Amino acid sequence: MAKTIEQENYREKVEEIVAFFPEKKGALIPALQAIQKEFGYLPRPALEVLSGSLRMPLSTIFGVATFYAQFHLQPRGKHIVRVCMGTACHVRGGQKLLATLENELGVEAGGTTEDLNFTLEEVACIGACGLAPAVMVDDETYGRLTSDKLTEVLDQYRKGKEG
Amino acid sequence: MKTRVLVGMGTCGIAAGARKVMEALEKGLQGVEGVELLPTGCVGLCEKEVVAEIQKNGEKTIYGDLTPEKVERLIEEVVLKGNIIEDWIAARPEEPILAKQERIVLENCGHINPENIDEYLEKGGYKGLEKALKDMTPDQVVEEVKTSGLRGRGGGGFPAGLKWQFASQAPGDKKYVVCNADEGDPGAFMDRSIKEGDPHALLEGMLICGYAIGSDEGYIYVRAEYPLAIKRIKVAMKQAEERGYLGENILETDYNFRIKIKEGAGAFVCGEETALLASIEGRMGRPRPRPPYPATKGLWNKPTNINNVETYANIPRIIRRGGEKFAQIGTEKSTGTKVFALTGKINNTGLIEVPMGISIREIIYDIGGGIPEGRKFKAVQIGGPSGGCIPAHLLDLPIDYDSLVESGAIMGSGGLVTMDEETCMVDVAWFFLNFTQKESCGKCTPCREGTKRMLEILERIKAGKGKNEDIERLKFLGRNIVDTSLCGLGQTAPNPVLSTLRFFEDEYRAHIEEQRCPAGVCADLLRYVIVQEDCKRCSICVKVCPVNAISGKPKEKHLIDQEICTKCNACLEKCPFDAIVKK
Repeated sequence: MAKTIEQENYREKVEEIVAFFPEKKGALIPALQAIQKEFGYLPRPALEVLSGSLRMPLSTIFGVATFYAQFHLQPRGKHIVRVCMGTACHVRGGQKLLATLENELGVEAGGTTEDLNFTLEEVACIGACGLAPAVMVDDETYGRLTSDKLTEVLDQYRKGKEG
Repeated sequence: MKTRVLVGMGTCGIAAGARKVMEALEKGLQGVEGVELLPTGCVGLCEKEVVAEIQKNGEKTIYGDLTPEKVERLIEEVVLKGNIIEDWIAARPEEPILAKQERIVLENCGHINPENIDEYLEKGGYKGLEKALKDMTPDQVVEEVKTSGLRGRGGGGFPAGLKWQFASQAPGDKKYVVCNADEGDPGAFMDRSIKEGDPHALLEGMLICGYAIGSDEGYIYVRAEYPLAIKRIKVAMKQAEERGYLGENILETDYNFRIKIKEGAGAFVCGEETALLASIEGRMGRPRPRPPYPATKGLWNKPTNINNVETYANIPRIIRRGGEKFAQIGTEKSTGTKVFALTGKINNTGLIEVPMGISIREIIYDIGGGIPEGRKFKAVQIGGPSGGCIPAHLLDLPIDYDSLVESGAIMGSGGLVTMDEETCMVDVAWFFLNFTQKESCGKCTPCREGTKRMLEILERIKAGKGKNEDIERLKFLGRNIVDTSLCGLGQTAPNPVLSTLRFFEDEYRAHIEEQRCPAGVCADLLRYVIVQEDCKRCSICVKVCPVNAISGKPKEKHLIDQEICTKCNACLEKCPFDAIVKK
């Protein structure tokens, strides 16, 4: 594969990440996780560099990257809002919270706001069932939510609260 | 003796505001001598979060519903004076919510600081490992686990001792111990609480397993959605290494064992053991046919033992106290206890641990405190998306592996979702199937195509467009998918549909034949109507309606235009006079 300018922009970081995994066996998923942590998503040129570093076909890497829900090939928002769609949240009104968020943010589940501030996602279950319905913003979990409380939570992040 | 204040700082506690309570306590206790303020794991009383246990003069009292505003009085009266504030107590030991439980796996959760190994040691921690390494041969350890009758707590219920024996007898010099901590069932959080509340118990269980089967390397495969659990396991591993319980020459023997953490990347199917192994190897998490079983050909084709978190957490207790003692708890074929996440339409949501053989009635009414607002119990969904519903007439069914399978459900990993008369069983079946359908990895046809067709049928029934032959078609498809799918995900995916059809076929028929949802859930079959006699013409509903479907000015008659209404429920929630109803 020909080297491109885009690849060169990512080369140093990706190679640094790969060097962190001395054992190449089983390194692909942790490496992808690290790349995503660094850039917020998986840019194609970065995966091309990774393919060379791990001596692995790009198709295999894309296979894995598209198989797992955690990986994203498109840029994402600064804050990730995850609405729990688990059983307990479902019976206690999780759907309504999602509708509120879609309305407030003006994007559908899976979408990112134009200002790249929020990405809205559905998540199968965040394991806070006792506090259903629940929403996770970045690493913080908010429980026993109503539409009004949720709007308040969102406002904190809109004002630029530290994630 | 020091007074100890332990604040529940599991994911749920933090979500309910435990950090602010902790900060207020820190501030209030500044300069106070003889009081220790510590974080702890989940004590299981989720409904009462924020929860704190106060240990004073040998007495333990659990306070609930705490807020920063309550902290001052709590410190003043309870921590300093040693009084008890009756009204704030979350649960007393003699109340059924606690008295009917038997805590073995959760014995430390909510009572110790999970980030301090000394507290685990004080409770007898690593004594099981010590006993195994110094007084027992590996084969004796396997025998002890067999004697205990412990069955895998991840869902299948395969005898753990037998699994260990297979791995131990499998030829090979390199073997692996894998912990399935990829708790993915919606409605389940037992394993998360163990990892957050008592991480050393998991490590000790894996260490004992490694010794028993002759392995020197373990993997914990944990969901990335559980950041706090991952952090606490890492802290525990570091401390265990420093004290010589993990690493080289453990407890000055020639036993070496290392543990690595692998974070999952978000695929439910990775809870299936062969898919999980593929994921650890860095591949797509797709299952493969068995045999060969992982015990002979597992991780990187080496003999591998896989158990889940709760199974491993039982092991130290079994070795310490003896397998026979463990076998006395529970029933003959299902020994010990099971941890359940009790959620849904129930008064006391929370994490409970009960002896096997307890009846569902005792769980729902004694421990769970019944259904809120006096509504009628309809069913309990057990075993998550692989499980089934148990209806009211089977309330006295004992909870053990075999009785549950007979009734069409499974033990599963431990989700117990309670449903009342306002829950629609078609909707519940749709919910679970929608989940498994999305999570199907696509490798085998029955699961990939079959669940899709079943879901389409359910969707049309929910929309009031069901056909008479749909019920037979669902049963036919379901049975075939169960029989022919490659892995556990597909083989159990139709269960929620088949089990609701078994007990609630009349609800399906009401949707199909009368275009009616008896529980009032399926939106397409509902109409929102204003009861004109109760309406005070205040116009609040007109303002909250997001699609302007309600006509009328203040003091005029209001009407909902059924063509425009999206059934979002906003008007019904906001109406101060309860004049809007769903029909």
